[in-house]
Amino acid sequence: MRTVYLDNNATTQVAPEVIEAMLPFFRDSWGNPSSMHTFGGNVKKHIDKAREQVAALLGASPSEILFTSCGSESNNMALRGVVEASGRYPHIITSCVEHPAVLEVARYLNKKGCRLTELKVNSGGHLDMDELKASISPSTLLLSLMWANNETGVIFPIDKIAPIAKEAGLIFHTDAVQVAGKIPIDVSKVPVDLLSISGHKLHAPKGIGVLYIRKGTKVSPFILGGHQERSMRAGTENVPYIVGMGKACELAMEHMDEEQIRVAPLRDRLEKEILKICPDTRVNGDPKARLPNTTNISFEFIEGEAILLGMNEHGICASSGSACTSGSLEPSHVIRALGVPYTAAHGSIRFSFSRYNTDEDVDTVLKHLPGVIDRLRKLSPFIKH
Amino acid sequence: MWDYTDKVMEHFRNPRNTGVIENADGTGEVGSMACGDALKLTFKLGKDGRIADAKFQTFGCASAIASASALTELIKGLTIAEAEKVTNQDVANFLGGLPGEKMHCSVLGEQALEAAIENYRTGKPAAVKQLEGRVVCHCFGVTEKEIEHVIRENHLTTVEEVTNYTKAGGGCGNCVDDIQEILNRINGEKPESETKGKTMTNLERIKLIEQVIATTIRPALQADGGDINLVDVDGNRVTVALQGSCAHCPMATYTMKGFVQAQLRQAVSDELIVEAE
Repeated sequence: MRTVYLDNNATTQVAPEVIEAMLPFFRDSWGNPSSMHTFGGNVKKHIDKAREQVAALLGASPSEILFTSCGSESNNMALRGVVEASGRYPHIITSCVEHPAVLEVARYLNKKGCRLTELKVNSGGHLDMDELKASISPSTLLLSLMWANNETGVIFPIDKIAPIAKEAGLIFHTDAVQVAGKIPIDVSKVPVDLLSISGHKLHAPKGIGVLYIRKGTKVSPFILGGHQERSMRAGTENVPYIVGMGKACELAMEHMDEEQIRVAPLRDRLEKEILKICPDTRVNGDPKARLPNTTNISFEFIEGEAILLGMNEHGICASSGSACTSGSLEPSHVIRALGVPYTAAHGSIRFSFSRYNTDEDVDTVLKHLPGVIDRLRKLSPFIKH
Repeated sequence: MWDYTDKVMEHFRNPRNTGVIENADGTGEVGSMACGDALKLTFKLGKDGRIADAKFQTFGCASAIASASALTELIKGLTIAEAEKVTNQDVANFLGGLPGEKMHCSVLGEQALEAAIENYRTGKPAAVKQLEGRVVCHCFGVTEKEIEHVIRENHLTTVEEVTNYTKAGGGCGNCVDDIQEILNRINGEKPESETKGKTMTNLERIKLIEQVIATTIRPALQADGGDINLVDVDGNRVTVALQGSCAHCPMATYTMKGFVQAQLRQAVSDELIVEAE
């Protein structure tokens, strides 16, 4: 059975070019980049190159790029590092739809003594800019808002928010994990201070992330005990993965147009057809301000895990905001924050595409999904039969 | 991904006895869409007094569907007295076991069966589950009685297990301490916090109340954009003022009694009465 992978906001296939770029650093060039000998020292040049490749994707200077182990580490380092460097417990502003790697850290800092504001979103998944401005007070130090939401794909207007933060003298962090490689990022034009990205969401492997830190931003080191990554994150560099991350960013730049030209139409066709074929379905999040690759659709009166397992029988991979898939008992905090009623929240399914998806993938879903939905609805006590 | 047995997957793919029996002798409806799973069970008795047919409809995940399917298979051919003895553990065993986090699916089956039998006996139309006794978990509407029942029947020892079986404590988490107390009571332990139970001077008592508010209650309320201030302590009567988003929250009464009072009672004295200014 062919696998139809439509769960690219969870993780992505490692690009074959990335694997090729990495292999020499396992087999041959396995030296320590900090060594004095040529064997090790030569490796450093490849780290420098990767740093340039990442910087190019973000519009940053290579010296502002810090390699971490994942997007969650980048987010942790940004929030905790900024608060620690301030030497106080400042006010933090974030949103209620952030990834747990921001939200849980913000709540942890709240327990430590920081005042915390979690901005609400409307039914489209958008922030209220007036509420954002009104929440800024003299004690506010840090604003952390995601560039795009992992579950709905809804994009926050970071280009408009960053200047507001700058004018108020705040440090502005954005979790751009879902954005990198999907829509252009240019920190030379958008004044963000910190920006997190993750390798495995853009066809690099799991285990590598990046934190962009604008020059002059005060952040405390995250791992002590070595000079690596400007002493901000000690530990011998993960050379093969750093090289892979660089290559993945280079490829992302080359393929950026494809996201709008080819990936978005695939997503749009799937979404349009599902809404047409299946009654009682709705799209979660504002379709006009979304990542090109994501759609989140609620199938009313049925439960998401059962839909996923039903699709799984046909080799289709997607994910759900239902309570049952997470092991928690509440449906997704993001879907609930949009005010989606429980009748629809438990049956929300996210399809997320990548440049490796094809028309055939969409055809396969359209062939099997209606049957899965129909079968489950026949079992549901909430449908009038 | 859940580690479902082949039997669970088989019943998910090919559920037995789906639908509703017209003119059923017993109908039980439990759960709700808000809770994430719901089950409607109908059965009809044969002339021999045994369950001749049973059917279900369910809104739920794969294990909820499989549990309901298993339940109908289990009760067919049983007398009412025999069916009454079927437990959630029987449902889970029939399926070769369920993941711990999914045991509540089997509990839902047992509850639907109880409701259907009650409907058969009383002849009253199957109503939406009435909350009998004190509600412990307000997120999922789970009562003390239900929690006591699953603890006894399944020999549960931890809050996590109680959550897996009933969902209680799986939402906001405010009732976790309450569940622990029920566990302690049933499993025969009597916890005493370090300070609780000792004779305190009035000043010590006020200080302790202030401390609990500052370290436990205030941070939790601030996380939701609210705040709290201690206004007065008069004997066992504690007056506080809820502020920020808590002040106008429709859940304010619950916050006051279910959270603030519960926290203070646990740490200071069971006699405390907390009131809003």
